Amino acid sequence: MTAEQGVFLFIGFVTLFSAYTMVTRSNLVHAALFLIVALFGVAVIFVLLDAGFLAVVQVLVYIGAIAILMIFAVMLTQDNASRDQESMNINYGWAVLLSALFAFALIVMLGQWQDIGAMAPTLDAGRDTVVELGSALVSPDGYVIPFEVASVLLLAALIGALVVARPQKKGK
Amino acid sequence: MSFFQDPVGAISALISNFLYTLLPQAWTALIMTLLGVVAVSSFGLIIVIFLIWVERKIAARFQDRLGPNRAGPYGLLQTFADMVKLVTKEDVIPAKADRLAFNIAPILSVVAVLLIWAVVPFAPGWIGTDLNVGVLYIAAVGSFGILSVLMAGWSSNNKYALLGAFRAVAQLISYEVPMLITLMVPVLLARGMGMVDMVKDQTVWFIVLAPVSGIIFLVSSIAEIGRTPFDLLEAESEIVAGYHTEYTGMKFGMFFAAEFLHAFTVGVLFAIFFLGGWRGPGAEATPLLGVIYLMLKGFFGYFIVMWVRSTLPRIRIDHMLALNWKFLTPLSLALLILTAIVEKVFEGNAWRVPALLIGNALILIVSYYFTRAISRRVTKERVTFKKRPVAKPA
Amino acid sequence: MIPLSWYLYLSAGLFGIGLYGVLARKNAIAILMGVELMLNAVNINIVAFWRYLTPQNMSGQAFAVMVFAVAAAEVAVGLALVISIYRRRKTVDANEINLMKW
Repeated sequence: MTAEQGVFLFIGFVTLFSAYTMVTRSNLVHAALFLIVALFGVAVIFVLLDAGFLAVVQVLVYIGAIAILMIFAVMLTQDNASRDQESMNINYGWAVLLSALFAFALIVMLGQWQDIGAMAPTLDAGRDTVVELGSALVSPDGYVIPFEVASVLLLAALIGALVVARPQKKGK
Repeated sequence: MSFFQDPVGAISALISNFLYTLLPQAWTALIMTLLGVVAVSSFGLIIVIFLIWVERKIAARFQDRLGPNRAGPYGLLQTFADMVKLVTKEDVIPAKADRLAFNIAPILSVVAVLLIWAVVPFAPGWIGTDLNVGVLYIAAVGSFGILSVLMAGWSSNNKYALLGAFRAVAQLISYEVPMLITLMVPVLLARGMGMVDMVKDQTVWFIVLAPVSGIIFLVSSIAEIGRTPFDLLEAESEIVAGYHTEYTGMKFGMFFAAEFLHAFTVGVLFAIFFLGGWRGPGAEATPLLGVIYLMLKGFFGYFIVMWVRSTLPRIRIDHMLALNWKFLTPLSLALLILTAIVEKVFEGNAWRVPALLIGNALILIVSYYFTRAISRRVTKERVTFKKRPVAKPA
Repeated sequence: MIPLSWYLYLSAGLFGIGLYGVLARKNAIAILMGVELMLNAVNINIVAFWRYLTPQNMSGQAFAVMVFAVAAAEVAVGLALVISIYRRRKTVDANEINLMKW
């Protein structure tokens, strides 16, 4: 059991445990806090995978923006009547069955792939993945078109969210 | 002499040699890393004691009074007295407060600031960890501080705290945008996001190459730490005490310490990004001199923060958000575009420095006239009023 | 060290939990949280395959960045919709937002 394996097992357990706690809490603010722990666990896994830039962007985007947005939405749409209600709906049994079956099927299918036990190839030491990622995202024979399309998508989402969430004018 | 040349290296070699005899290699590395973490965090937490004293003395001098001078010579032990007072206070938790979030919020607030100290380059070769995405890391851990404000406000079960928390989060996430965009200007000038390279590339201090970006970074950082003129977060006269209304005793002490440490951290970051970091005469030879230069520059930045705090009144929330979205963000974007274009056109050319300075000055002049024209138009619209009936005696 | 299978099993488990969250929760915001978990599981998958199979080609990380952007956009619009629905119907229970069913 090397140190890296120990760290991975610990972080994997923390991520799965907090994800499970998140989907079973009825108090939504607690659920959002456990979501933040799960997202942080995913960021640590990115560090283990030598993708440091993605780990930092994960913390910045998911925890710094998306999780805060969710907490805001929870606080704005919560009233005292709904605070102590059931968290699960009537399809709860089928949901357990279906998701367990799905995860199990995925694991079995993956286990039958012969390269599944592959070990990580060693990266050469002087490589700067951030510079390569940057040039891949903006080079014409790289990923500049998906990059530009993603920025248009973000612009559309920005305008759409503003229009949808604007308070209605009085006298409507 | 060699001990003073590199005290950190000498001490860590001593400890790791001792540990190698006891434990296998991976565990030694882990323990050395943990000891480094303890050292950096202790430095951060211990300097808070000094910072609070400096703040109170200087704020007092700005207000033409003496400041604390009873507890110890020149009031140096005043902070210890404050901490003892806070520790011995009763720890009150409101009745229907959300205990988990209520207890975690102050801890998260301190942690968010301490995490920044992991990437501060104290001297050539002395850094907590040399991430190659150090700049983005600083922005990312700032978001933990925002989370702590939100959790504190929500879990207090208090309308004023919640209102304060919402306003605080609106301010904090708004001012992250110009802060990050102006942070990209030193990244462009240094051709990389690592903190060590950022200081190594500052043969000319970046404040000379990008002065307006430095000022915008300082302004948005003052807004990020919640200091006057942006201190709606704790405006005592408006919303009781904002998001930490219901906190007493050492929990409030943690918010208190985190705020002062964050202000000093902002001074140190300003020194690293724009004032040359540990650079100074003789810093490469003796790392201790580098630390001293960095601390001097950091205290200079902290002095500017305190100066602004003692001088300016608080601004209103809508003025503050308008300032951010309508002035700082377009200006910082224009500066980023200007710096990118000049850097590409004048690459390696000696005319780079004057070109950047002229570009900055041009943008400053244009924005000054633009805002003056807009404010004149707004004032004109407000000043013209309809004729009101004049009161006549009956 | 760590074989690839561990990362894939972890992301499969996380995806399953996210799926359970989407299918079994009543509150619309909790459903969106489940969707976030599923997107994160997919991201772990993409980056693990990048690291283990083609580390010299940056497409894995580029696609992970695209997934970040899409997730952020989707959460913003989704939460705006949820808040707008709450304003009209004073509820965010997914069972009661059923105006289009007969």
